[in-house]
Order: sequence, then C-alpha cells, then structure tokens
Amino acid sequence: MINLDYKSGASLHEQIETEIKKRIISGVLCENEQLPSVRELSLSLTVNPNTVQRAYKQLEQDGFIYSIKGKGNFVASISRDESEYRRSEIMEKLSAAARELAFLGAKKEELITAIENVYKEEKR
Amino acid sequence: MIKVTDVTKYFDDFKVLDDISMHVRRGTIYGLIGPNGAGKTTIINHINGVLTPKCGEIKINGEPVFENEKVKQSVLNISDDWFYYSTFTIKEMARFYRNIYPAFSNERYEAIKGIFKLDEKRQIRKLSKGMKKQVAFWLSLSAMPDVLILDEPLDGLDPVMRKQVLNLVIADVADREMTVLVSSHNLRELEDICDWVGIIHQGRMILEKPLDDLKGSVHKYQLVIPAEKDDELEKMGNVLHISRTGSVRSVIIRGDADECDKKMQELAPSLCERISLTLEEVFIYELGGLGYDFTNILV
Repeated sequence: MINLDYKSGASLHEQIETEIKKRIISGVLCENEQLPSVRELSLSLTVNPNTVQRAYKQLEQDGFIYSIKGKGNFVASISRDESEYRRSEIMEKLSAAARELAFLGAKKEELITAIENVYKEEKR
Repeated sequence: MIKVTDVTKYFDDFKVLDDISMHVRRGTIYGLIGPNGAGKTTIINHINGVLTPKCGEIKINGEPVFENEKVKQSVLNISDDWFYYSTFTIKEMARFYRNIYPAFSNERYEAIKGIFKLDEKRQIRKLSKGMKKQVAFWLSLSAMPDVLILDEPLDGLDPVMRKQVLNLVIADVADREMTVLVSSHNLRELEDICDWVGIIHQGRMILEKPLDDLKGSVHKYQLVIPAEKDDELEKMGNVLHISRTGSVRSVIIRGDADECDKKMQELAPSLCERISLTLEEVFIYELGGLGYDFTNILV
C-alpha cells in the first residue's frame, strides 16, 4: 500500500500522513471511505502502532479524516481550497526547484511550459 | 509502566549505575541504547528483578519488582542467551512456560505455531541459532506478557523471520498495549520500530525522549559559505561538529529546525541543505560531545 523511505529526512509518521493526504487529494481514497485500522496499517508496514496513531491524529486535526469511536477512521469531505498550510509548503519547494533550475541555465519559458502542462492534465 | 528511580549500583568498587532514572510508558516501544559497558544489561537485570540496587527503586505498574511473583508473571525476557533445558523439545519447554506463566495462551501458542512452522517435537538444542530465537519469541509471546524485554532480539533472524517477529510484537502493542523495552546496537532497526529512546552512558541516562523529538533536535546541514563567514560558523553555539570536503561544509547543530535554518541563513550560504540525521548519527554526535568518539585511524 504505502511505501516508506527509511532513509528520507521525513519521519515515518510524516510520510504516512503525506501519502494518505496525497491519496485523498487525488481521489484515490474517496469521501467516507474507511481507512485501515491502526493495527492493520502498522502490521502491513511493520511500524510502531503509535506512529500510525500519531499520523491519524494529525490527519484528523488537519481535517482530512474523521474518526468514529468503535468503528474506525474515515476520509472526510475536503474542499480543494482547504489545507492552505500544505499549499504554502509546496510553493516554497516550487520556488527552491525554480531557483536551482535557473542556476542551471533553464529558461523561464521552460518552467512556464511545465506548469501549463500540469494544468492541462488537471483539466482532463 | 516501568519506572526506574535514582538507581545506583556497584559491582565491588565499580559504579556501574550512577543515580539513573528511566521511564518506559505503557504501550510504547522503548529503545535503550548506549556504548559497550554503559550499563544497559545491568539496568535490564534490575528491571527483571534479578539484581537489587544500592539505592533507588524499580517498579513495574507501580509495584516493586524484586521477589514479586505477581509482577514477574507478566514480564518476559528474551536475550541472546535464552535459557532452555538442554534435553527439552519445544513442546516440553512450552509446558514449562505454561506452568510458570498463568496468562499462557494455548490459542496463541497454536497460532504462532502455524506461522513459524517449526516442529514442536524437535529438541531445542538441535535447532539453529535463529530457530532458537524464534522459539524464544514463540513461547514468550504465548505467555501474553504485559512487559516484553528484548536484548539484541533480532540478531540471528533472517529478513523474513525478522519481519514476522516484529509483526507479532507490533500486534500485541496495538491490541493489548504491551510495553516493550529493547536494548540493541542495531540502531537502524531500532529507528524503524521505537517511539522512545533512552541513551545511557557510564551508568547515567544522557537523554530520554520520543524518537521524533530526538531526531528533530539535531540537524545536519550541507553548506557552502563565503570564506569570511567561516569564523562566525566556528563560534556558533550548539554546533556539535563541522567537517569540510572541498568547499562544502557539513555542520551538525543542535536546536529547533526553524531556528537552525535561520542561523544558517545568517551565514549567507550559496548552498544550504538540511538533512535529517539517522539515529546512528545522532548517537555518534551526541556521544562524541561527551568524549566517547572514534578517531580515524589510518593503518
């Protein structure tokens, strides 16, 4: 299901959060779909259950999932405008990438084309 | 769940534990790490109720451990030299466990038998090292412990078995809030599984924190800075280590990530990249700061 990178800078619970967020945003996980239980996910990834629990708690705090006591965790309905924090996070990464590309001699037009292509894909 | 408070212990004149305190919270997997001779096995033997301290106390679930049968019935221990009667088969050893540990579950025993696929009629002494370890886990987990103490537990297990065993432990932590204390030098493995870490050195607890906090409190930067800023970097506080490869400086600095980012930016770097440290690196740099480090010897 989720691939964890043990060598990456991001901690395990952050990686789990990010992966689940991605799947919710891209629609792979649908609204009100049930997520694997803490037990199931910790076993399938062979990670500490507290790590999974922490990821789920954060996702709930950020509004991506909701939990029903005794039943489990479910995908919340997300309006695309939510998660402004995540947007600014990624914007910074985009600027850093653009900076490096500029340094390496990439032309502004190349970057603009790349961005335009993404929006073209989105429209489909 | 496990509380060690101000424990001091001498072996003859040698002070092996020096006013040490440790707190392992219920339902967590706590990694105990430290250099050779730091006192890890000694402290574990106190928690097992094998040793008594000169002063201080050791309690599990609020009760002292030593000679306390009620507490000891729910504390299981797996170490490299796991004990078994030399002529016993797995089945016979299981019977022995059943007699000692009232919570021993036949259902669990059978379930794990199905997973490990070892013949219970085999004599334990005839099994390979790794298989003996498997049996140790098999029997210990069948006893449904509240506390599981592991000393270099995964040593000798092949990658498949490693995952199998870890999953059994994880399931118990998830289902029954079993508390796990692991002592190991294999920091790469511990890092994947622990949520708390305690670093012990010369009989004292140096650091005891959630793993994420520990890794979030020390950072590595790859920097390229102008020559005139070198001095500023050398004088910067909380820097644990600086090394150079050509024009790139590698800096290890302690502190909150955002604050360290700011400090690095003050050096006007043309390249500045923050890299997370592995537990192994945190261990080496923190202990290096305490005088326990290696010198590069070219032979």
